[in-house]
Amino acid sequence: MKNEVDELLKESIEPPIIVLENVSKSYQKDVDAVKDVSIKIRKGEFVFIVGSSGSGKSTLIKMLLKEIEPTSGKIFVNGRDITRLRRRLVPKFRRNLGIVFQDFRLLKDRNVFENVAFAQRVIEKPSRTIQRNVPAMLSLVGLSDKLNAFPRELSGGEQQRVALARALVNNPLILLADEPTGNLDPKNSWDIMSLLDEVNKKGTTVVVVTHNVEIVDAMQKRVITMNKGILVSDEQKGGYSNEN
Amino acid sequence: MKISSILYSFKQGIKNIHRNRMFSLASIGTIATCLFLFGIFYFILANFQYTVKIEEKSVGVSIFFDENITEEQIEQIGNQIKQREEVATLEYISADEAWEKYKQDTFADEQELIDTFAEDNPLEDSASYVVYLDEVAKQPEFVEFVQGIDGVRKVNNSDKLAQGLSDFNLLLGYVSGAIIILLLAVAIFLINTTITMGISVRKEEISIMKLIGATDYFVRSPFIVEGMLIGLMGAIFPLILLYIIYNQAIMYIGQKFSILSNILHFLNVNHVFATLIPLSLAIGVGIGFIGSMITVRKHLHV
Repeated sequence: MKNEVDELLKESIEPPIIVLENVSKSYQKDVDAVKDVSIKIRKGEFVFIVGSSGSGKSTLIKMLLKEIEPTSGKIFVNGRDITRLRRRLVPKFRRNLGIVFQDFRLLKDRNVFENVAFAQRVIEKPSRTIQRNVPAMLSLVGLSDKLNAFPRELSGGEQQRVALARALVNNPLILLADEPTGNLDPKNSWDIMSLLDEVNKKGTTVVVVTHNVEIVDAMQKRVITMNKGILVSDEQKGGYSNEN
Repeated sequence: MKISSILYSFKQGIKNIHRNRMFSLASIGTIATCLFLFGIFYFILANFQYTVKIEEKSVGVSIFFDENITEEQIEQIGNQIKQREEVATLEYISADEAWEKYKQDTFADEQELIDTFAEDNPLEDSASYVVYLDEVAKQPEFVEFVQGIDGVRKVNNSDKLAQGLSDFNLLLGYVSGAIIILLLAVAIFLINTTITMGISVRKEEISIMKLIGATDYFVRSPFIVEGMLIGLMGAIFPLILLYIIYNQAIMYIGQKFSILSNILHFLNVNHVFATLIPLSLAIGVGIGFIGSMITVRKHLHV
């Protein structure tokens, strides 16, 4: 009873920024990648989504990015039903999100500065703003001295920090990180997670899809566990469930 | 679109051409070939039309009158003819003038023969109007009209030559039009392939752009710029070549085949290029735009 009251109180103070209502997605008939999932994530929360391969984590992220549509159910982001969003409004909607991938996805033919500036250029920020914002963001992720380096000259951890800077430079409301430490050693993994934690403390909602047991257990954040497309647990200050 | 975004699209468009240079070169080459042939056809057509125009002026219609016609009646016929829109010039040749001209043309060196007709004009009833029309093609209709006028005995015209010139001009127009359309279709197909290659090379970049929130036109514009630049380059090269060739050809024909200069009339190079340059550039950039637009609409959905 107390928990429910706490939950209602939190919701009235911090309204949910992501709401999934009975969301299902099937790529093939009778095979559900995600089945009847309902989740509420409040503004400013830090959430891990964990689960084994094929559990539906990536499908959830893709639906949030509006790369794919749910077969049924509704998804609200910042109060807006994105399942009914018109195609021409999708680019504007995506500007609310920052995205970090396991394989960094940096542009190999452009240096660190240009990779981060790219995110601002595509949303048509003026050059003067870009010249001001990009070095500030690279300083935040500790790469001020690597402005002119190309991705091939950087370590995995550094590349992921560039990707993080690119995701954050447009001040997104939500940061989605899909296995951000998947290609990194433990030290670099912790560096990245510390940065994500810092970003979250500044008010950005962070959703991290991961396999990294050690990090999930240590950080004591909200953990949503998926298995075969079904939400099996949702715990505040949780750990990586043994089922995975 | 902001100026910085336009500059960005140009920069990326140029980069695409450089990255994809073999395909870009093939596309530029095809457009250049099309526009080169277009230029050659244009030279032939423009000069032929010019020659026809000049020849048309020398293809006159001679109108002879009934015997015993009064000068007043001749003047009335003249007035009726003048009112026709297609009439460029109308000239009255009296019987005496006609005989004088005939004597000069036929018996110039035979004074004795001329003397035998000293007091006589064998062409006494040969006063005439010589009419030149603004277009040879209008001759048959005009002749029919004149034949219907009271007091007109005979109308001499060379409608076969007139019709021949006009028909050949039309045929040349159709043939060159068909060849050019075919070549332009090939050029659009090649641009399509080039842009498709460019899109596949930049697949990763495009997917990131889309996820970051780039609009459709921002993602598409570098490829449109790429197509238009390919078209522009494909137009500039043949224009330079055609300019040199045209000048040389006129000079060569003038020197080596001077006999032709009585038959063929060449337009001035500046006159030809005043039309050919804007036309070729518009066609080049236009097919570049159309080709790339078709491709991005097909392949780039956000």
